[in-house]
Amino acid sequence: MNRIRRFVDKAGWPRIIIGLLLLSLFIAAPSVGVRVDQSITDTIVRFGMNGILVLGMIPMVQTGCGLNFGLPLGIIAGLLGATISIELGLTGVAGFAGAIGLAAPFALLLGWGYGKLLNRVKGDEMMIATYVGFSSVSFMCMMWMLLPYRSPKMIWGYGGSGLRTTISLEGFWIHILDNFLAIRIGRNFMFPTGMILFVAFMAWIMWAFFHTKTGTAMTAVGSNPDYARAAGINVDKMRTISVIMSTLYGALGILVYQQSFGFIQLYNGPFFMALPAVAAILIGGASVNKANITNAVIGTILFQGILTMTPSVINSAIQSDLSEVVRIIVSDGMIVYALTRVTRKSR
Amino acid sequence: MTKKTGFKDTISRIFIGNAVPILFIVLIAFAIPLSGFSTRYLIEEMVTRLGRDSFLVLSLLLPIMAGMGLNFGIVLGAMSGQIGIILVTNWGVTGVSGLFLAMAVSTPLAVLMGWIAGIVLNRAKGREMVTSLILGFFINGVYQLVVLYIMGKIIHITNPALVLSRGYGIRNAIDLKGMRQSLDKLIPLKIGGISIPVATFIFIALLCLFIWWFAKTKLGHDMRAVGQDMGVAEDSGIKVEKTRIIAIILSTVLACYGQIIFLQNIGTLNTYNSHDQTATFAVAALLIGGASVAHASIPNVFIGVILFHLMFVVAPVAGKELMGSAMIGEYFRVFVSYGIIAVSIVLYSWKRLKERERARRSLRGEKES
Repeated sequence: MNRIRRFVDKAGWPRIIIGLLLLSLFIAAPSVGVRVDQSITDTIVRFGMNGILVLGMIPMVQTGCGLNFGLPLGIIAGLLGATISIELGLTGVAGFAGAIGLAAPFALLLGWGYGKLLNRVKGDEMMIATYVGFSSVSFMCMMWMLLPYRSPKMIWGYGGSGLRTTISLEGFWIHILDNFLAIRIGRNFMFPTGMILFVAFMAWIMWAFFHTKTGTAMTAVGSNPDYARAAGINVDKMRTISVIMSTLYGALGILVYQQSFGFIQLYNGPFFMALPAVAAILIGGASVNKANITNAVIGTILFQGILTMTPSVINSAIQSDLSEVVRIIVSDGMIVYALTRVTRKSR
Repeated sequence: MTKKTGFKDTISRIFIGNAVPILFIVLIAFAIPLSGFSTRYLIEEMVTRLGRDSFLVLSLLLPIMAGMGLNFGIVLGAMSGQIGIILVTNWGVTGVSGLFLAMAVSTPLAVLMGWIAGIVLNRAKGREMVTSLILGFFINGVYQLVVLYIMGKIIHITNPALVLSRGYGIRNAIDLKGMRQSLDKLIPLKIGGISIPVATFIFIALLCLFIWWFAKTKLGHDMRAVGQDMGVAEDSGIKVEKTRIIAIILSTVLACYGQIIFLQNIGTLNTYNSHDQTATFAVAALLIGGASVAHASIPNVFIGVILFHLMFVVAPVAGKELMGSAMIGEYFRVFVSYGIIAVSIVLYSWKRLKERERARRSLRGEKES
């Protein structure tokens, strides 16, 4: 009994409830005619697609900047990289590497400015991050129409200017990571080795970074800014670095997402992309001011698992598409819950 | 503190305080000639839109007074109002009586929603705005669950014009034939060919009076005290949490009425989208009117609604003239709505940080002298 209680304390109720829900969905799956191997594949693929975006939440949470609702800013850097790479006509590995290389400077620049901004508004970071995200997405909506892209693969057929809302990656770098060393068993099971390796690599970089001197200093800033300042740490600089990292992970995350999804989604596409990532890390057991890589990994598996399983299982069981509603209720409910938790830190 | 720095401070404070409306007046002054709209058309539009939106924007004032910032949770009220409208349409009550019945039916729901929001926001002190925003998204999920799956199955909906062909769930667009502009046209009046929604304006005036009166009551004073400093208010015997909950409940109920007035003017209810932008547009309008996160007055509301909607009407056409594409203008006005909220919150937060520094500096100065 005591051990159960300790486990509940450690894992937290939301994680247990969602874990049990996911488990029951997997158990129920065969009885309503949903293939379990197919579902597991989908869950793994979606874990890979979203993993890096969720990892990107960690640095900002750790330095006390709160949940990065401004993730769309990083996504925009990624989109710029992807579109410029296609514009240059790069394909295959060169295309994907080019997209990463081109996205990184944008991510560094935008992240730097975003970090400077957040340093001036301590205490209101999350609200401002949300609206920085929203306004930058709507600003880019105009830019996607105005920027001088020429590639016929990307611009509207008529009129001859302005990027399309979705751009296919067919012939560029679709599934470039998914198919790398992919393991296929039967017709329905596929393990996207390349993508999972890439996510693991990015997680390792994050882990290694937080064990360097700078990384430790960042954690100190998040735990107690006054103490950190007294210890001679440049608080603002650490916060800026964390924001740049988050933005960079956002940019790389969306590129990995796109190569698996097969399309680049422009215009209003990135609008609400921060919410699933935020929800995932919270479901993994993070709070507004504490997060680690385990939280990100477990959270992404649980959340994406729910998103994969609810449409297929519930649709087959009751013949109606509840998935969208379930997604909204689970993710936003989780975020509201986390925001209302009383935290140690008081302003 | 010398006189010179004091003067400089005042100038910078005035500019920071009014930067937003000034910027907008300049922007619109450029865009109106570009759009080529006639003055008469613009006045007509503004009269309509003042009637349509003012009530919703006014509903934001009380939480600001209570120091809870911009209440993005007014969408909760908007959704309550829409459920009221769906039920009344189902019962076939039309005209002004239908409108008032919708208000009456949705009031308990709005009170409940406001109460929930109040409790949630009390647990998230210091980050009320972002919490109210996400709470709006969350309740939107619940609303969809109710309207799309429960209505028609568990809640009996008989009117076939409302129900999806599959037998349950509400249709995406509902024509509010019976209710369309029933309040606007209750007291018909035309000045120079422009019809004035007199009854709606009377409603709005009554609400302004109510807010003005409310600020002078004991509760209003308490609310302001809570907004100034929760700790001090608590010490002087004000029930802080209760006061905050009341502020949110009132705001939610007013937003519910505001949405019903908004929809009777529009004439169609988009079941799943009508409330999407309610909070964003209302908040953006209030901020464009010169309000900040901590201070908002009734004039801010009306200046804001006029400036915001002038931009809203003019931007697509100006965009087409300038860039050759109406979409640019559309995107531009969405960008402005979000951008203005971002800028206002940044300015407010920045100012607060600076004021804290200034206070600390003056404290230090006094100690030294």
